[in-house]
Amino acid sequence: MNWSERVSPLVRSIPPSGIRRFFDIVAEMSGVISLGVGEPDFVTPWHIRESCVHGLQRGYTSYTSNYGLLELRQEITQMIETDYGVSYNPKCEALVTVGVSEALDLAMRAILSPGDEVLVPEPCYVSYQACVALAGGVPVSVCCTREHEFRVTVDQLAAALTPRTKALLIGYPNNPTGAVMSREDLAAIAQFAEQHDLIVISDEIYANLTYDGEHTCFASLPGMRDRTILLNGFSKAYAMTGWRIGYALSNEDFIAAMTKIHQFTMLCAPITAQIAAVEALQQGRPSRDRMVAEYDNRRRMMVEGFRNMGLNCFEPKGAFYVFPSIQNTGFTSLEFAEKLLQAEKVALVPGDAFGACGEGYVRCSYASSSKNLTEALDRIGRFVKPLLK
Amino acid sequence: MSDKTIVVKQELLKLLDQDYQQTHEQLARQLRVEPAQIAKWMQELESDRIIVKCQPIINWEKAGLDDVSALIEVKITPQREVGFDALAARIYRFPEVRSLYLMSGAYDLAVTVEGTNLKEVAQFVSTKLATIDGVVSTTTHFVLKKYKEEGVIIEDEEADRRLLVTP
Repeated sequence: MNWSERVSPLVRSIPPSGIRRFFDIVAEMSGVISLGVGEPDFVTPWHIRESCVHGLQRGYTSYTSNYGLLELRQEITQMIETDYGVSYNPKCEALVTVGVSEALDLAMRAILSPGDEVLVPEPCYVSYQACVALAGGVPVSVCCTREHEFRVTVDQLAAALTPRTKALLIGYPNNPTGAVMSREDLAAIAQFAEQHDLIVISDEIYANLTYDGEHTCFASLPGMRDRTILLNGFSKAYAMTGWRIGYALSNEDFIAAMTKIHQFTMLCAPITAQIAAVEALQQGRPSRDRMVAEYDNRRRMMVEGFRNMGLNCFEPKGAFYVFPSIQNTGFTSLEFAEKLLQAEKVALVPGDAFGACGEGYVRCSYASSSKNLTEALDRIGRFVKPLLK
Repeated sequence: MSDKTIVVKQELLKLLDQDYQQTHEQLARQLRVEPAQIAKWMQELESDRIIVKCQPIINWEKAGLDDVSALIEVKITPQREVGFDALAARIYRFPEVRSLYLMSGAYDLAVTVEGTNLKEVAQFVSTKLATIDGVVSTTTHFVLKKYKEEGVIIEDEEADRRLLVTP
């Protein structure tokens, strides 16, 4: 019996993550310096971990409301109002999820009908396309280029628009490019969304990791609050990846629809992690600021390091990735990553793992100690030097 | 010295505090200056005694040396002209004394003393420390276990447990 034929054709049609394939190669080797890690190198600050332990000791081991602990939703909505001036009702316009990944899945399933198209600027996080497709939608890639500093433009979106286009899925600051969108850039996108009645799903998980200037929350733009499903979480800013806590904020109808799916599939996010998230929002800002300052320092070092090697390197303004071009080495992204790994034992992720237009680039995470990063830059420099002659 | 230089030098000190064994080249790249500049600053910081000394933190117990340390609360009578300083100097010059702080509160000096065994430390306190003119009283607390020194947890290190490649 060939069981694979019994797997749903939709699931079969989705290619496995390009990152996964590369991970299998890296996992075989020892002594590797990895710049392939998409999560903070800091462990969760102790006061946050300690609050979880304290919660367990007091017996917080039950389910919570489907929406999540009200206290957490209040902290979230208060923070969003203070930081970005957008207000949400914590009782019915906020949903705590198992990471932003779940929130993204819920958003897609809540709004898409079979065949609905979603505009997805690329390069982007690896699950965007798959989430749209698994919800029955059709992802439509919009290629962002180095020329526009990896920002998406209204012209590009307009070119990809069809009568079936229902939504736009954006993620800035961006993984893998580190690109950000200014308020003006986003205002133009907002106008476009309004004009074509699009729902905007804005994944702002890296919002707090913005280095030059302030992050603009898409929902804070005029008229965008109800049209936007704002996604964010605790993984990146508070170094809480393994806790799996994210959230969605939107109009009451969208949140109710997402909660309906969430209650039947997930019930609620783990209470232990929700308690820790409350602590992160109440007391975590100083530790968050310390980590951000450290990333910023490394970011400058990495950009300079790559440019000194002779690689064209866009200066990222957010997240913790640099996305240098490797086109002048003569290799494809995958060849470059594989040969570098074999020759110098440095792991990074081929750019095409984040969409076809990531070809010609590699993603290097600087969520690693400065010492590791300088060593990695030395090794990459040694590898690249003969290729550029 | 410009404000900017002061900030960069403080950054250098923070990097050294994390890991003193980095090369000038490595430090230079992190701070985006020339390695020669790092060498110059290091020299200045050492001659100004801002960098006082660099030494490893050793888990002596693990190394098989069962030295004994004690924290001693010392009450003293401050002296005219020199206050606590002259008495402090008489105490900190003993090589057995590992650290010495002037304290607010119930006692005046906190002295850390190390010796090869309990008897040696007790002897030092009773014959050397307690007998100094101006020392009013001593209270000795022996250290049973060291958990953390100089900001470093002795036993467990929080290893990097991340997968090598993640999205």
